[in-house]
Amino acid sequence: MGILLEVSGLKMSFGGLVVLEDVSFTVNQGEIFSIIGPNGAGKTTLFNILSGIYTPTEGRMWIDGDVLNGLRMHDIARRGVGRTFQNVRLFGNMSVIENVMVGRHCRTRSGFFKVLGRTRAVRKEETQIREAALSQLEFVGLSDCSCLPATSLPFGSQRLLEIARTLAAEPRVLFLDEPAAGLNPRETILLSRLIERIREQGITVVLVEHDMDLVMGISDRIMVLNNGRKLCEGVPREIQEHPEVIAAYLGDGI
Amino acid sequence: MHTHGLSGSARTNHVLYLLLFAAVMAALPWVFRNEYYITVLIFLGINVILVVGLNALMGYAGQISLGHAAFFACGAYISGIANTRLGLSPWITFPVGMLLTGCLAFLIGKPILRLKGNYLAMATLGFGLIVEHLLVEWGEWTGGPSGLIHVERLSIGSIQLYAPGVRYYYLVWFFVLCVIIVVSNLVDSRVGRALRALHGSELAARALGVDTARYKLQVFVLSALLAALGGGLYVHYLGFIAPASCGLNYSIGLVTMVVVGGMANLWGSVLGAAFLTLLPQFLTVLRDYDIVVYGLILVMTVLFLPHGIAQGVAVMVRAVKKRAAAGGEG
Repeated sequence: MGILLEVSGLKMSFGGLVVLEDVSFTVNQGEIFSIIGPNGAGKTTLFNILSGIYTPTEGRMWIDGDVLNGLRMHDIARRGVGRTFQNVRLFGNMSVIENVMVGRHCRTRSGFFKVLGRTRAVRKEETQIREAALSQLEFVGLSDCSCLPATSLPFGSQRLLEIARTLAAEPRVLFLDEPAAGLNPRETILLSRLIERIREQGITVVLVEHDMDLVMGISDRIMVLNNGRKLCEGVPREIQEHPEVIAAYLGDGI
Repeated sequence: MHTHGLSGSARTNHVLYLLLFAAVMAALPWVFRNEYYITVLIFLGINVILVVGLNALMGYAGQISLGHAAFFACGAYISGIANTRLGLSPWITFPVGMLLTGCLAFLIGKPILRLKGNYLAMATLGFGLIVEHLLVEWGEWTGGPSGLIHVERLSIGSIQLYAPGVRYYYLVWFFVLCVIIVVSNLVDSRVGRALRALHGSELAARALGVDTARYKLQVFVLSALLAALGGGLYVHYLGFIAPASCGLNYSIGLVTMVVVGGMANLWGSVLGAAFLTLLPQFLTVLRDYDIVVYGLILVMTVLFLPHGIAQGVAVMVRAVKKRAAAGGEG
């Protein structure tokens, strides 16, 4: 099991406000790695840096040995970094399947001038895109509503759709930003099974989540962030018993 | 009709609509034999070309342009000036005008497409006003406020294309058909989905590997090229162009046609252009107040038909069908 993702000495400050400070960690190929911490610990900021939305103030990051620093967002996606958003960001002007078809964008080639003429190659690729998108919808169990407007789905399904869309881009590592937020207990159980099935496909999963049952149930390793710093890292049992983690979550007063 | 995500039967329907459209437009000159009507339909065709291009930019990619008449002007003036001053054939100056307009759109678009929403609207508005102003100021070249005259009209050998007008009608509507085919190919493709995706959520599109800056620029250049195509067809039909016909009023008119017809709906663009091109023919009493009527129609559409008259028509057709079905049962 090799290292897929490596982050070293990451620092992020907005003006004078330091949001992340000296965060280093590695994620192994094929594992489910969770990042937990109180609100404001810097978890989403970390995702935003890794997916290229923010440029870190300091620090380096690599995927499979390739430097991610300085790459633009779409290049990072092409390198195999996929992510979902804390508040689901679907394309509301498109159908369910079209949302997933956009996911195939970085794995397909037809350019601007080619599609204007709708050449044979374009049509062939279009069929492949549709089939690949359908199989992702089947994977998350949404193939029955492929033609509905994306935002007409119930919230839980919208989350699944966002995951299917990201999977269509064939990520090597999938960042899930609070995927269980807003889900009911039944949906959360289905989600945890889905995450395990994603891992079975060989995709590494990095999870930010507040639902501790979910995190403790499926994570191989967990990293705890607090006030922008890494508090500790370990397997679920170590984290649950770690005194500093308990203090961070329950306050220092105890 | 939405041309989104066509597959199988929807695709067949799309081709049928195109054939029907081509047949209707081919037959119209036999219905309206009057030369004046033909002229109106020629201007309508030119408007459709611009509106379809602007819809690709606005309706699909969600990037507003309030200065689109400037690209129309560039296409017309570059070709017209090259023709009158250098004596080159319009068949050469026309594509050159389009090409240079495309280059200009590339240079303008690169910086201003970083802007979003109202800021982009302001920037494109400013660009339109600058071009309009330059056309007036550079009188030595452009003919100033009274316009550029004696531009050669299109002809093949000794055959004039502008008269009788029906020849030019077919030329223009041939281009309209090509533009509709090409743009519908675009929107129903990987690139078209990328454009709609960046409209829906630019951040999510980028996170999925869509180079949003690049696609915005490409569709901006495409829509400018189509505007220049319209400009060339205009100037080499009339033999004349003045700043008044490619100023802010025209830009606003184009945006109105897109919105009234229906954003992200190509047939809507045809309807929107038809509605707002033909309406003034019936409301000649309004004369200079047409911009007021445009504004009113725009507001009414946004309030009551947010998806444009194309959607309104679709709803009506469905209602009639339903009523017919109910009547048949009762």
